[in-house]
Amino acid sequence: MDELLPRSLTPSVLAVLVRRGADFAAAEDAVQDALVEAVRVWPQEAPRDPKGWLVTVAWRRFLDATRADASRRRREDRLDEEPAPGPAPAVDDTLQLYFLCAHPSLTPSSAVALTLRAVGGLTTRQIARAYLVPEATMAQRISRAKRTVSGVRFDRAGDVSTVLRVLYLVFNEGYSGDVDLAAEAIRLTRQLAAAIDHPEVAGLLALMLLHHARRVSRTAPDGSLVPLAEQDRGLWDTGMIAEGVAILQAALARDRLGEFQAQAAVAALHADAPTAGETDWVQIVEWYDELVGLTDSPVVRLNRAVAVGEADGPRAGLAELAELSDALPRHTAVAAYLHERDGDLPTAARLYAEAAHKAPTLAERDHLTRQAARLNAGLRR
Amino acid sequence: MAKYLLLKHYRGAPAAVNDVPMDRWTPEEISAHVQYMQDFADRLEKSGEFVDGQALAPEGSWVRYDGEGRPPVTDGPFAETKDLIAGWMIIDVDSHDRAVALAGELSAAPGAGGKPIHEWLEVRPFLTAPPTVTE
Repeated sequence: MDELLPRSLTPSVLAVLVRRGADFAAAEDAVQDALVEAVRVWPQEAPRDPKGWLVTVAWRRFLDATRADASRRRREDRLDEEPAPGPAPAVDDTLQLYFLCAHPSLTPSSAVALTLRAVGGLTTRQIARAYLVPEATMAQRISRAKRTVSGVRFDRAGDVSTVLRVLYLVFNEGYSGDVDLAAEAIRLTRQLAAAIDHPEVAGLLALMLLHHARRVSRTAPDGSLVPLAEQDRGLWDTGMIAEGVAILQAALARDRLGEFQAQAAVAALHADAPTAGETDWVQIVEWYDELVGLTDSPVVRLNRAVAVGEADGPRAGLAELAELSDALPRHTAVAAYLHERDGDLPTAARLYAEAAHKAPTLAERDHLTRQAARLNAGLRR
Repeated sequence: MAKYLLLKHYRGAPAAVNDVPMDRWTPEEISAHVQYMQDFADRLEKSGEFVDGQALAPEGSWVRYDGEGRPPVTDGPFAETKDLIAGWMIIDVDSHDRAVALAGELSAAPGAGGKPIHEWLEVRPFLTAPPTVTE
């Protein structure tokens, strides 16, 4: 049995229950129960119509749960009748669920958790483990999120950019655990791309593929970070890169540029270089110019300063950097790198140590400490 | 989605506004304080932000390696140690602002006279795993 099959049917099954009149929270619980049942039963006896099977089991679970609640007796009578077909959907069901789970009334962490459960079909336990919080906490976060969106109408199209932000968060801040959140984010973005024709959805999917293709080379066997310039490019997944580039090119051809397409274009230029020395930094700077125009984010300006440092030399990069607040995360790390490239090793060593002190992640801290140690060892000789 | 450690100190934090040692409170004031802490943790669990909370005994010992084949050396407690951790709470929140707001609430736990202690709590972000997108 394809292990992903039941989970891939989650959104459409859930949508059927909601259209039959089940409230979202109860329907979502029922679908989770049906998924657990599918994982147990399908390996022995795969159903001919998997979606129909899931709908039947989930609907039965929903009715059982509703019956068990005596105070809902009246509603049960209504629901127990054979369901009438709902109104014809104006928007694709799957898409509708993405909108609901990324609703602007939800906090980012709630939207992420709800998306992974109601669209991704992951269990609360899996999501809790992935984000390193107790299962009880995650269960509360999800049920709160369900309550928050319970009054949202299911038949209105939402803003796709809110959905993209949630999927990007799942991809970019996926930690560890028994679920590969980066792969899950790609699966969910692929599914979204199939439901809606939108260049930024394609841009995000391309961005994810282009970064995921380099994943193996990003860490050394001891877990330490390997900077892009030192990665073994032979380890990059060329098939995934080719797919990402093709998706990106098709999106760019639509001439509706957005931030994810521009970010993916930068990633594609890195992926395209046979060696770090052959990277087309001039074009990368141009894409950062586009990104600055689209977002005006200080983080983008910082990345642009790095690219300018590569394209026009470290002095030019430092001049760009001087325009930015040194309170920006990673500002000091970038300064250290550019000073090293410029040959000012004592300053670089001091800044690497300072950057290590401020690093937001353990791997970066260790990496920057090693850079400082490397320069200091050379300076002592 | 970031984890923060809220640290409570027995010693080493700046003086609280309502700085009366707990053993001079009334028993009712102590009960009210304990209840406040419990309610706070319960509320965080319901909001999906609670990760862990523990209290520590004030006294422990210092331990260090003493060479191959030898038992570790133990020493202390040292009365002169400036910083003494009383306990912690770990929260998982959407922003640093939220972490600060929650620490502020925790610092309002009632003490002597049923008034908030206004004690200083330390808020420390966890170092995280690196993000996937780095350039």
